[in-house]
Amino acid sequence: MNLFQGLVRRPWRTAAEAAALLIAAVVAFPLYWMVLSAFKPAGEIESTTPRPWTSAPTLDSFRRVFGQQEFGRYFVNSLVVACTVVVVSALIAFLAATAVTRFRFRFRTTLLIMFLVAQMVPVEALTIPLFFLMRDFGQLNTLGSLILPHIAFSLPFAIWMLRGFVKAVPQALEEAAYIDGASRARFLWQILFPLVFPGLVATSVFSFISAWNDFLFAKSFIISDTSQSTLPMALLVFYKPEEPDWGGVMAASTVMTIPVLVFFVLVQRRLVSGLGGAVKD
Amino acid sequence: MRVTPNGLGVGERSRLRAVRGLSRSSPRPWGSGSTPWLYLAPALVVVGGLLVYPVYQLGLISLLEYTQAQVSGGEPTSFQGFGNYTRLFGDEQFWQVLLATVLFAAACVVSTLAVGCALAVLLTRVRALPRLALMLAALGAWATPAVTGSTVWLLLFDPDFGPVNRILGLGDHSWTYGRFSAFFLVLLEVVWCSFPFVMVTVYAGIRAVPTEVLEAAALDGASQWRIWRSVLAPMLRPILVIVTIQSVIWDFKVFTQIYVMTNGGGIAGQNLVLNVYAYQQAFASSQYSLGSAIGVVMLLILLAVTLVYLRLLRRQGEEL
Repeated sequence: MNLFQGLVRRPWRTAAEAAALLIAAVVAFPLYWMVLSAFKPAGEIESTTPRPWTSAPTLDSFRRVFGQQEFGRYFVNSLVVACTVVVVSALIAFLAATAVTRFRFRFRTTLLIMFLVAQMVPVEALTIPLFFLMRDFGQLNTLGSLILPHIAFSLPFAIWMLRGFVKAVPQALEEAAYIDGASRARFLWQILFPLVFPGLVATSVFSFISAWNDFLFAKSFIISDTSQSTLPMALLVFYKPEEPDWGGVMAASTVMTIPVLVFFVLVQRRLVSGLGGAVKD
Repeated sequence: MRVTPNGLGVGERSRLRAVRGLSRSSPRPWGSGSTPWLYLAPALVVVGGLLVYPVYQLGLISLLEYTQAQVSGGEPTSFQGFGNYTRLFGDEQFWQVLLATVLFAAACVVSTLAVGCALAVLLTRVRALPRLALMLAALGAWATPAVTGSTVWLLLFDPDFGPVNRILGLGDHSWTYGRFSAFFLVLLEVVWCSFPFVMVTVYAGIRAVPTEVLEAAALDGASQWRIWRSVLAPMLRPILVIVTIQSVIWDFKVFTQIYVMTNGGGIAGQNLVLNVYAYQQAFASSQYSLGSAIGVVMLLILLAVTLVYLRLLRRQGEEL
């Protein structure tokens, strides 16, 4: 159902739709080129007359990527890090968001402002103190050194965003639950949690991306035990600025992008309705 | 009806008076003593230990002398006061990088918002199929990891093998050689991967505006422009504030794109931004104190932005 359907004159709409399709093509083009280059034979990638198709698709680049060190293992590592961060931070953020919206207590506003300010912290700058912290706790070269900081960094934004969802759950619903004899714990997990779930999905997109994307922490904290490394590091093995192996880079990039794309397509509806839900009172 | 952006509601004070004393089995009201702190405990422990404490450490290191010698334990650390900061502020390169960072971030924010908002409006003007196409393309760009996006854009604009130079007939022009064209290339990539967030959020905001309001305005004979200016814009203001502030935060802290696309900050550091500069100082030159001082400067700048943001919210009469 289009809001403006009745307001837009026909020739304008045709022009708008042509523009939308054209822009969609331009936006999708880099991704198309990535996948295309991953399947091109070496001679075609390193050609000075690049073509937008390939006559001889090949899996050579992928073979090279998966044959490299322990690419499969990096993939699993990345997945473990991202999924752990998503689940743990979603649960912690849900509890915290409930606390700051359903309760009234001293320092509540102070806390909220702290969570807002925490989003401002340049994570990369904290690499220095975090490095020493991880070293002192013997966490260097473990996946924990990637998981823990990312939970901490995705929490403030998640709490801030979830507040709107928790707030949107009507008071009357809660009261009805109590009148029906539900305990507060039961209300929390059986009523509030499912209602806030779209919001959790929307926030988990952000935490998943930040964890999956991370390459600075992996670069800085995983220094001697490469079996604990993650995908971005593996990708950069193929990317030597002077002499990049473009086929390898694009194949690795394709493999790295697919899980996020799948995740996005799965949550696409919820993401849009989630972001929309956060804006309704 | 108030449109409220993510997490900024016109909150009603939760009161459980209706429940209080209705039956013995009903729980105590929410607002009592230590319970909220139990809910908050996990968040506070994690954020406190891995974010607040490291920030404190960052400030501390920036006041010490801290180089490779101290890290390996060969020399004791010594307190420098603001020595690192005077060194930093006396360095011409720091001011250049600071200026470049502010300008670059501003350019990224303005472009991202312009593209994101324009496409959000466009989405409301087209039928389901073109809308889905644009939405999916945007989600694809959003989902692309930063490292991946950076390398793909480098290939697209590669002087020898990239399609872009062929399409534009630029021969073997190198985009990463010149200072401005390298920044411009990174800007394109940043806009490409960050406009979807703006577009989807603003689009969701427009969709949340009840149709009746728009129909009423149209019936009253308001022009398209008038509807936009007097009905939609005020309703969307909170959302626009949110996407603006998020863009400012993200674009001021751009790291991966600069690091990968300009090979660690460009030729002779011409494309350095504060975040990469701090990293290079700390990890490439082992000047941990200087790197930390740069981090503190960034933090203070972003803090100032936050205060402006909070004042904007207050002025809109939002309660936290």
